[in-house]
Amino acid sequence: MRAVDSPSLPFSKQTLSNGLDVIVHEDHHVPIVAVNVWYHVGSKNERPGRTGFAHLFEHLMFEGSEHHNSGYFPPLQQAGGVLNGSTNTDRTNYWEVVPTSALDLALWMESDRMGYLLPAVTQQRLETQRDVVLNERRQNYENRPYGYALMALTSVLYPADHPYHWLTIGSSEDISAARLDDVHEFFRTYYHPGNASLSLAGDIDTARGFELAERYFGDLPAGRAPEPVQASAALDREQRLVLEDRVQMPRVYMAWHSPAMFSEHDAELDLLADLLANGKTSRLYRTLVYEERLALDVSAFQSSRELGSFFLLAATAAPGKSLTDIAAAVDVELERVADEGPSDAEMERARAQTEAHFMYRIQTVGGFGGKSDQLNAYNTFRRDPAFFATDLARYRDATAAGVRDAARAYLRCDQRVMLSVVPRGQPALALSGSNPVTVG
Amino acid sequence: MRVDRSQLPAVGSDPAFKFPRIVRHTLGNGLAVRTLEHYTVPVVTFVMLIDGGVVSDPAGQEGLAAITADMVDEGTGDLTAIEVSESLAQIGADYDVDVGADAIVFTLTTLERFAERGGGLLADLLTRPSLRLEDFERVRQMRLDRLRQLKDSPPAVAERAFLRLMYPDHPYGHLAIGNDASLSGLELERVVRCHRDIFRPNRATLVIAGPMTHDELRQVADTTFGGWGTSSDPVASTIADVAPSAGAPRLTVIPREGAAQSELRIGHLSAHRNSPDYPSLLVMNAVLGGQFVSRINLKLREEKGFTYGARTGFDWRRRLSPFALQASVHSASTAEAIRDSFAELEGIRGARPPTEKEMLLARASLTRGYPRNFETAQQVARSVAQLALYDLPDTYFEEFIPKVNAVSADQVVSAAQRYIDPARASILVVGDHHAIADSLASLGYGAPQLLSADV
Repeated sequence: MRAVDSPSLPFSKQTLSNGLDVIVHEDHHVPIVAVNVWYHVGSKNERPGRTGFAHLFEHLMFEGSEHHNSGYFPPLQQAGGVLNGSTNTDRTNYWEVVPTSALDLALWMESDRMGYLLPAVTQQRLETQRDVVLNERRQNYENRPYGYALMALTSVLYPADHPYHWLTIGSSEDISAARLDDVHEFFRTYYHPGNASLSLAGDIDTARGFELAERYFGDLPAGRAPEPVQASAALDREQRLVLEDRVQMPRVYMAWHSPAMFSEHDAELDLLADLLANGKTSRLYRTLVYEERLALDVSAFQSSRELGSFFLLAATAAPGKSLTDIAAAVDVELERVADEGPSDAEMERARAQTEAHFMYRIQTVGGFGGKSDQLNAYNTFRRDPAFFATDLARYRDATAAGVRDAARAYLRCDQRVMLSVVPRGQPALALSGSNPVTVG
Repeated sequence: MRVDRSQLPAVGSDPAFKFPRIVRHTLGNGLAVRTLEHYTVPVVTFVMLIDGGVVSDPAGQEGLAAITADMVDEGTGDLTAIEVSESLAQIGADYDVDVGADAIVFTLTTLERFAERGGGLLADLLTRPSLRLEDFERVRQMRLDRLRQLKDSPPAVAERAFLRLMYPDHPYGHLAIGNDASLSGLELERVVRCHRDIFRPNRATLVIAGPMTHDELRQVADTTFGGWGTSSDPVASTIADVAPSAGAPRLTVIPREGAAQSELRIGHLSAHRNSPDYPSLLVMNAVLGGQFVSRINLKLREEKGFTYGARTGFDWRRRLSPFALQASVHSASTAEAIRDSFAELEGIRGARPPTEKEMLLARASLTRGYPRNFETAQQVARSVAQLALYDLPDTYFEEFIPKVNAVSADQVVSAAQRYIDPARASILVVGDHHAIADSLASLGYGAPQLLSADV
């Protein structure tokens, strides 16, 4: 069987009477099936004083449910499955990849925790997972070089009552303060079929997929759609901050507000990030790292999010080089791209890479980023799993003028946050006029 | 029909697992080629495995293989580093180099229609790199800067020090990147020689997986790598096996003042990858710490909440390989985490043999999901490269499931007794020494050897 020549992701979709969206994609190459569930809830649904809760809740989903009142890993691993979950600002996902023979098991368990989680959540399980999460925070943020940078940036990019003000991991204080009552309220509000999307991808017939979905999830009670979150943020000037950290080299971060996920100019800014800082051919790598040797590394990305995105650029100073010179060189390049836009060669390269990357994205059925995960992403954020094709077209059809306009409109030097992370005791290495920022 | 929630649904029988056929070819220049037909998406992967790596670094020139591997995409023929990168981007290629203990592995994945271009580019890089002085100096400086940055990363500091403890007198005892002194002293001429000695067809294996027939894939190999010149020089002398060193310090601490966690390693040299006990070792490790549902993770994470995760594993090499536990634990829990870990290492050696339930779970988790490891062209090609690395037969993947399923609880205990020896395990902690010193003293291992993150 010869494969397709252009990236595509065919599927069928039905919605159960309780509101659960079910998506099935057939791929019979390997005798495995991916089960993937998205709940449209993330740290954007938290409020100040209760930060980090969506993620802590995700941990509890693996500890047991009413009818399987012990850990979720043993039965699934014993069936040859792998499983995991993750939480970000906008959504929480859970997945299993199981041998075809264990599909019923995976669906039984996913449906049990969607419908019957609370009887299994005890004070002791909550306390243990709270400690695990505090250790996750220590490992990935507190004990890691530059680990506090993003926390510092979002705390200034967004006002205190905007849910992107804090990171999904939350504050240690709030995590420690989580109570069983919060777990109950959170579950009732966000964890029900109407706020979820189930996708199955792999070695399964479509009709059988829908039949099994109905069988395991069909009698779960429908819930009330959560209130949409409304929040906005803007910068009216450039803000400069300095953070001292246990690092060897200073690093500068620049962050701008940018258009929300899938809205106009979101794809152009994604392309712009590649063109500026992805690979040796990128403009900033070439000037900062390769030619001038001002920086050890440079990176950029468009962090696409539901309530509004941000564009982030970072560069680490080479020994003896200053963040001031780096920032000046970046500004020259930003001004140039906002003036002239990308070259034809740059756009051609971007299109080639886009096509290849969309092709690579359809190689696996499950796990983070696999086909089942992508179908749920499009369904959750666009109500349309077919958005894969539209998404590809956003990149294929992007023009040099569009990228230029996006740079001009959003990457303005008078509306951004500039964060210098410097070795402890050396605040003078920061950009001039930077104010100390504290995080923790 | 309502779902019966009184018990978990039964799991059906496993589908038969068949690994795609591996076809071996030898090109005129002696290059070993293995091809795999892989028809899912129009993507092709090239994996070139070259005999060399950490183990081939001469004493005092640690980091040589890695910088040589890093230099190959800095230019070839008329192309500069930037132009090489541009050529890779034009075909949407995913290019990656991994410098391991015994092999340097290059991977290039691209779209099917660019197969010849991608393979040709890889051949240009590997067989005709420019190795220019100015590129060398830039790359070496970047690696020195990288080394400096690693001093702030507890896992990197721990890995480096732990290798030294395991292999005090063997080339395996250093990180691929090398150290300040060795990198500073390297000269381009050494890189040129390293490339000449190591990058040759009789030390390499090329694996190609993609949506083409074996003949077509072999054709691609021939067109792209057929012109790689042979060398009459003998292959460099082989490195001796490792003699486990006696008298390694029991407890080592690398102070990191104010650290929120202790980065922990506990282990010793243990086994060979091609040991006949390999299946028993895998099952033993799965029970002990090789998966989420293992004794050590359940104890340290799910029962005590000391860590985000703890695991054990073998760091496989061609020669004697270490077995180690690793975890990043809350500073206040450091001593207790070490005590709990030792209790588990000890327990599986006889006092608490694996239960029938643990055995079922460990075997099943290794075998039932096995087909999942071979979904993409890249996964398949990299797996086959492992066969070449460890001299394993082409039937290896087909035999894996029955061999693992045949492992008994007695074999696990006996493997643990032979290959895990808590009495000679080295304990390494990267953490806040002042905060943990008193509790560490209570473990009874005496005063720790103190090292700096710089060594």
